Amino acid sequence: MPLFEDPVFGSRMLTLLTLTFHIIFATLGVGIPLMIMIAQWVGIKRNDMHYIMLARRWARGFVVLVAVGVVTGTAIGLQLSLLWPEFMQLAGHVIALPLFMEVFAFFFEAIFLGIYLYTWDRFENQKKHLLLLVPVAFGAAISAFFITTVNGFMNSPEGFSIVDGQMTGVNPIEAMFNTASPTKVTHVIATAFMTSSFVLAAVAAFKLLRRSNHDYHKKALHLTMKVGLVFAVATAIVGDFSGKYLAEHQPEKLAAAEWHFETEAEAPLVLYGVLGEGNEPEYAIEIPYALSILAHNDPFAEVEGLNETPADEQPPLFVHYFFDTMITIGMFMIGLSLIYWFASWRGWSVASSRPMRWLIVAGGPLSILAIEAGWWMAEFGRQPWILRGVMTVDEAATQSAYVGHMFVAFAGLYFILGVGVAVVLTKIFKDNPVELELGEQGGDRS
Amino acid sequence: MSYEIIGMVVLWTFLFGYVIVASVDFGAGFFNAYSILTGKDRILTAIIQRYLSPVWEVTNVFLVFFFVGIVGFFPSTAYFYGSILLVPVSISIILLAIRGSYYAFENYGSQGHRGYAFMYGATGLVIPASLSVVLTVSEGGFVDIMDGRPQLDYWALFSSPLTWSIVILSIIAVLYISSVFLTWYANRAGDTEAASLLRRYALIWALPTIITASGIIYELRSHNPEHFDSLMNLWWMFAISFIFFVGSVWLIWKQKNYGLAFILLIGQFAFAFFAYGISKYPYLLYPHLTVSDSVTNDAMAISLIVAFVAGLLLLLPSLYLLMRLFLFDDQYIAGKK
Repeated sequence: MPLFEDPVFGSRMLTLLTLTFHIIFATLGVGIPLMIMIAQWVGIKRNDMHYIMLARRWARGFVVLVAVGVVTGTAIGLQLSLLWPEFMQLAGHVIALPLFMEVFAFFFEAIFLGIYLYTWDRFENQKKHLLLLVPVAFGAAISAFFITTVNGFMNSPEGFSIVDGQMTGVNPIEAMFNTASPTKVTHVIATAFMTSSFVLAAVAAFKLLRRSNHDYHKKALHLTMKVGLVFAVATAIVGDFSGKYLAEHQPEKLAAAEWHFETEAEAPLVLYGVLGEGNEPEYAIEIPYALSILAHNDPFAEVEGLNETPADEQPPLFVHYFFDTMITIGMFMIGLSLIYWFASWRGWSVASSRPMRWLIVAGGPLSILAIEAGWWMAEFGRQPWILRGVMTVDEAATQSAYVGHMFVAFAGLYFILGVGVAVVLTKIFKDNPVELELGEQGGDRS
Repeated sequence: MSYEIIGMVVLWTFLFGYVIVASVDFGAGFFNAYSILTGKDRILTAIIQRYLSPVWEVTNVFLVFFFVGIVGFFPSTAYFYGSILLVPVSISIILLAIRGSYYAFENYGSQGHRGYAFMYGATGLVIPASLSVVLTVSEGGFVDIMDGRPQLDYWALFSSPLTWSIVILSIIAVLYISSVFLTWYANRAGDTEAASLLRRYALIWALPTIITASGIIYELRSHNPEHFDSLMNLWWMFAISFIFFVGSVWLIWKQKNYGLAFILLIGQFAFAFFAYGISKYPYLLYPHLTVSDSVTNDAMAISLIVAFVAGLLLLLPSLYLLMRLFLFDDQYIAGKK
């Protein structure tokens, strides 16, 4: 098996495995603090126990997710050096600054999260307790910012030059604020907020479909769908900028995602389909001019095709499906939350119908899938490079003979953690249903 | 002072911080499991849980800080250690991951599963053992350069008495540090029963700590004479360390001022740890990698130092708040909040 025989392939697969697992928890870890903050703020402002309870219960689930995020984050942090030693040696010289600051940001977040969780009843003034969440949410978002600039650097290595094989003129700030960073960072943070909202909305909708018809869940659903809509729209806008960044600076990635082989003007956007003879897309939906608009805001603009890139530097063509998955789910979620919002605004019963709620339930896992597809596209779309134009994955990977074995060990670990999270989250909320807890608090004022 | 010295001092200090904080955590897990086994869990579990709950994530960050920092300040370490440590460090990561996440699962979810407590206790001893292997490797003698790439000789590593002495020291030190800290913590909580039990553990593990530590110095004499000689030049630091050790054991023996006893213990380990660190200079991986040929460029070094100072200004007040609320708040410790 190549997994055990080829350390490069093994390293790629183990990194894929770790990131695919970690990104679920990282995304929710960045997004949920904001949701807790909003709920607690609304609760204090309206003096509504339901929102306070929402914040409290979300926080309880959140720490479990954070725990897995922390340990898998530690894993990927070390695996970068263990699997890609050549890359980290080079990267250490140029892009270590944001990596280093990310640790500080996380440290900051962890301290205040600890304080927040254990001080629910230690403050007379609820607002003071809410204030503790500000560093948590800020720390989470700024962590995402720092770490995403590192990924930006891999796509757009700047802030150094290589003269005769020697690195010179290193500028860590320029490396951090590379051309890829602005669109990447905003995309990552906006989608984290969007995904977290829709995942929490899915939970609320699921509760409403099962026995409970409590106001608590209705308020939760309403709040999360509204916030989700805002960030879904923001994501689409940022996505458009990302398209323009790619067209300008990484045309091969956009071309591979779009199966756009020949450089041409008035380029159509190709969705779905399969590749036939001579790389001709078949059964695909073509939206005329749309790729030109996405790439350059001009239906007649010329878009560079994949054939301009040397054959051995072209990304794999299956990234097209990742791109499609991401776009389709993103559009679906905008549509769904827009309909929900509009229907509940007009008081139409469709907003609280069972099919609508089932669709919202599906929206949670779908949003996670969109995040995964987006990252798969970003990473496979950069192949064969680990540092675009500078170092390939073949040059960067370890030569260790045990990468395959480690893959199996980590797969086992993530399986255990995944099952553990599911069991524990179910138990936390089943053993302590919200009706009971609201009764205990004596605060059911609706 | 040159950038590499600043970087080394900062990183070594954080590693020392991790050794202390993590030892308390690892040892607490072991004592908890052991108390269940011997039917004394009623005495210990509550006090251990109260300490561990709010701080476990902070412990982990010390470790992350160290390995991210060392890649930043000394990028070649990523290449050398990254190439040779895939298997041992992966094992450590897996153990840390299981321990960390199941701590959270247990703490926030289902409570009181015995199998979990035993697993938590066992990993508390296996993790320091597995991490300590990295220090052993850095002593040299286990790494060959083949075709320009470093390779770890597993057989040499695991058949060396040095490896096993360091493993044993790491385990014993964990138990000693942890029991001294918890004695103080239990005493502050006014839990005399727990304090006296933990005091006994502290006294049991005091002597073995010094014996194994001396044993390692003795073994270095044959394994790495150069390092042994530079250790001997710092004999006065070890002497101070030993005086601190005697002081803290005496206080615990006399049941006086456990707080001072723990501070003396920190002093004891700090002097020994830094003496060891200084004596290794200039090698990061003997004899292949030195501090000066692996240090990063000036621009990166300066920006890392600036980031570090700014980060500390942000962190120290926050850490102070955390400690005031949970570690030095007598009402919290006593379980009244």
